[in-house]
Amino acid sequence: MEIDRVDGRTENQLRPLACSRNILNRAHGSASWSQGDTKVLAAVYGPKAGVKKNENPEKACVEVIWKPKTGQIGKLEKEYEMIVKRTLQSICILTINPNTTTSVIVQVLNDDGSLLPCAINAACAALIDAGIPLKHLAVAICCCLADSGYVILDPTKLEEQKMKAFAYLVFPNLILSVLPEGSLKVVGEPMEHAIITSVTQGAMSVDDYLHCLDRGRAATAKMSAFLRKTLQPQISSDSSKAG
Amino acid sequence: MGLPDASGDLSSEMEVDAFRRLFPLRFYERHLAESIRPDGRPLGRARDTTIALGAVASADGSALAKIGSTTMLAAVKMEVMTPSMESPDEGCIAIDFHMPPICSPIVRPGRPAEAAPVVSKQLSDTISSSGMINLKELSLVSGKAAWMAYLDIYCLDADGALFDAALLSAVAALFHLQIPAVSLNDDGKIVVSEEDGGKLEKEPVNKEKRKLTLRSIPFSLTCILHKNYILADPTSEEEAIMETLVTVVLDSSSQLISLYKPGGAVLAYTSAVQDCIALTRQRVWELQKILDEANSGMEVD
Repeated sequence: MEIDRVDGRTENQLRPLACSRNILNRAHGSASWSQGDTKVLAAVYGPKAGVKKNENPEKACVEVIWKPKTGQIGKLEKEYEMIVKRTLQSICILTINPNTTTSVIVQVLNDDGSLLPCAINAACAALIDAGIPLKHLAVAICCCLADSGYVILDPTKLEEQKMKAFAYLVFPNLILSVLPEGSLKVVGEPMEHAIITSVTQGAMSVDDYLHCLDRGRAATAKMSAFLRKTLQPQISSDSSKAG
Repeated sequence: MGLPDASGDLSSEMEVDAFRRLFPLRFYERHLAESIRPDGRPLGRARDTTIALGAVASADGSALAKIGSTTMLAAVKMEVMTPSMESPDEGCIAIDFHMPPICSPIVRPGRPAEAAPVVSKQLSDTISSSGMINLKELSLVSGKAAWMAYLDIYCLDADGALFDAALLSAVAALFHLQIPAVSLNDDGKIVVSEEDGGKLEKEPVNKEKRKLTLRSIPFSLTCILHKNYILADPTSEEEAIMETLVTVVLDSSSQLISLYKPGGAVLAYTSAVQDCIALTRQRVWELQKILDEANSGMEVD
């Protein structure tokens, strides 16, 4: 199906991705992630001694602080904080550093649509940079549904406003480490097909949603390849230094 | 909160209680393996739900909704405002969700609950996405006056599935809402008409009390995913032990309004997503019936 997007992309085409790591001097880990004009900077401090509020003798705690580009934080930012926090908690191995807190600070540099997915990607890259033990990576994408039923990926702000509905989806990335046999598959579905996070807005039919899932899944495979490609050489050089 | 029935045998009750407190997850898993929950429900069944319309006499529309012991009080207050320049013939609706310290031991006085702004945002997103209210219907005089609806939801008792109960009470309050009669006075200002309706020289804008037409009503169901089990309508105890929540909102015409899964340790496979949607479909039907019954009960009175 032919559709016209303002910037001339095809429906499946993502905006140019850019990711750089270790850009802040004082943070334990930091990364910036940009998708076209949307750009987010994330910094990780920790694991540090647990503060009283989040104390848990059995598990580590992740806290997320969302800093908007301008202005005060409102309900939207509070919701994003909660979603990013729960998403990151689900990919971290929390039992390794019990009774600690890891702070993730998300600073929005520019918002041109798909802000939450971009922030999740940035936060995930920053966690890798900080060397926080993770179960797997998380890759986030925004799928937009138009009135005529077609799905476009990674919309800009203008497209987000024009569309009938959109879904922010977060998928797990392939595990390369060793896992017990059989834990990867549940009822015959590979693990990368499961969703970590789903946030939708606007009414759509159930079939449209499942269609969005398929398309998002296909796109995140590309994005996770990109994430690995950018992060791997740097990490392997780090570890050789340490050794 | 139903404790397991220990039919008078005190020693066994103590042991079960101790087991429940010391190994909550194991306690639940033992139940789940038998396809039952500690309060006696099957996994897919929601708690008993009641709606009472018109709980607040001073509000223009109100409702008290209970799902198990989770209790929400919603009230709508209408005020006349000047519409914004961008949408001169549309009214406005402001939704706020409050969690006072009365509702749960987690909420401390002086420190606002973390969940409150999130539920509040979710509610306004859901109500606007569902297109339930036609904002044009809230207009009085184009560009001059329109209704501002303040919808406040108070959580009186937080025992899990907060969003479900909050949405149910909000929807019921909007369902019960009677827009007051107003008229235009000589200065061109909107005044609320007197009930006696004696003078008719004023130009009536809104002749009599009327109801909003709700196009499609959204209902929601929160489920917990734990291993391969899906538990519908969790209590706060279940939410604290098993952390992966999925909230599905469907409207009366089976459109998906929202599928909300904020992270969580358990991944949702497509089959689990479809099971949650199927459970919600059934629940929508139940809730629709409960709302209709509450409404017909009102008409009899």
